[in-house]
Amino acid sequence: MLDIRKLQKRYPNGFLALADFSLSVKQGEILAIVGGSGCGKSTLLRLIAGLDQPTAGSILLDGTTVLAPRPEIGVVFQEPRLMPWLTISKNVAFGIRHLPIEEQNQRVERVLERVGLATLSQRWPKELSGGQAQRVALARALVGQPEVLLLDEPYSALDALTRHDLQEHLLKLWVDQRPTLILVTHDIEEALFLADRIVVLQPQPGRVKSSFPVYLEHPRQRQDSLFLEWRSKLLAELNQAAQAHEKSTLSA
Amino acid sequence: MNQESSLPTTPPDKQSQWSGGKETIESPNRWKKTGETWLIGLLLPVTLTLGWEIAVVQGWSSDRLLPTVSTILNTLWDLVQSGELPTHIANTLQRVFLGFVFGTLTGTVLGSLSGYWPLVRQLLDPTLQALRSIPSIAWVPMFILWFGIFETSKVVLIAVGVFFPIYLSLSDALRSVDRKLVEVGQSFRFQHHELILRILLPATLPTYLVSLRTGLGLGWMFVVAAEFMGAEYGLGYLLIDGQQTGRPAVILGAIVIFALLGKLTDWLVALLAGCWLSWQDGFQTGENHA
Repeated sequence: MLDIRKLQKRYPNGFLALADFSLSVKQGEILAIVGGSGCGKSTLLRLIAGLDQPTAGSILLDGTTVLAPRPEIGVVFQEPRLMPWLTISKNVAFGIRHLPIEEQNQRVERVLERVGLATLSQRWPKELSGGQAQRVALARALVGQPEVLLLDEPYSALDALTRHDLQEHLLKLWVDQRPTLILVTHDIEEALFLADRIVVLQPQPGRVKSSFPVYLEHPRQRQDSLFLEWRSKLLAELNQAAQAHEKSTLSA
Repeated sequence: MNQESSLPTTPPDKQSQWSGGKETIESPNRWKKTGETWLIGLLLPVTLTLGWEIAVVQGWSSDRLLPTVSTILNTLWDLVQSGELPTHIANTLQRVFLGFVFGTLTGTVLGSLSGYWPLVRQLLDPTLQALRSIPSIAWVPMFILWFGIFETSKVVLIAVGVFFPIYLSLSDALRSVDRKLVEVGQSFRFQHHELILRILLPATLPTYLVSLRTGLGLGWMFVVAAEFMGAEYGLGYLLIDGQQTGRPAVILGAIVIFALLGKLTDWLVALLAGCWLSWQDGFQTGENHA
């Protein structure tokens, strides 16, 4: 259980990225956080990951405050961020370096198998396609069997086909250990395809505008009438958030 | 029904085809290509040597001022037979090697520290930068005073020459390592030494290896200065000896040996570098450095 309480983040230059941000995420839930650019999505994820400190409020994971990166929390960044000097399998082993070498090898082998890249384990990152590299990044985050997996627009740099492919793939992987997934995205379709619940953010300062559960059966179909209905509803919600922001800046 | 979600996921065997093609296409031509590169590299020195030889044989230039290649080779051969040259070479190589090792070690340690911790950098850098601008020869009298006339002072002088390029480029390169990669390490709770050893140093390896070559080059410069200060053996000594006994062939012979050894050791380091950098994905990487 992840509990975010009255979180605030103000950067040293005075910019208020998040204000009064509260949110609870259940164990095993797939949560999508959507919002336009500059509404503090990535800031929020960095705070949950422990890579940055809030200026006020707190983040609790199973009752203890997150102050620094923790083994129970895995992160997949927007870019694969693989170490170019390590082979694929060594890149994946990065996350479990404290384990005995034999267990490392076993786990790496297993996770690469699961992401469908077992044959590429001895290759260099430069030899991979964008989608493959992002899968390796996912494998690296999963190999430590985290309780919470944070994904920061992980597929935004990929082409539509690969993106759809990887979204389905993510759901298949999730079934295995059912970690809590927190996915930050600006892609409404991605959020609708994956999430149990969608939180829409409002910009400047970033805060929750609305939050609603998605009652659609898996596997979801992108062309389904209900899916499309949800999509336009969500789009309207996002537009409203953006307009509210414009209005407030105009009146100010 | 929906088309996208019914698309099959890519089978693993197909994925391996995407990335494997490059090396297999190149390998049949590789040796031929290496041969060509060597030929191109040799073209200039061979032409110059022949032109020189012809100039002296034709009487356009005097053998006394500018001994021909054959004269130099003969002189060197005599030195080899008398056993002098191998001793000189062994002495010089040993000094360069020791100086290189000590210079590299200190340069690497101090460069890493000052590249990683701003405080260490603020503390060390101004002093080191000031020391760097002192010409090497200026140290010679003090080093003799401090470390004696024998090997220590020479090795220290060479180490000083090797130290600076390595220290400078390592500490600069560390500070410009991609923050995003460092963040990955932080998210896995890396300690300082792990960040340095597992992310920062490998990321700076390409720059570091170039600085090793620069350092080695300076090592070869400084060994001459070192051997000018009263050595009994060594190529620098041979140079001085040739000067004092008025034998230009000996001087040029020593210079030729310096050039050969310098090139050879640089080539070895570059070769080593090539092995370590096979992961690199840059413009013209994989081009050999010979």
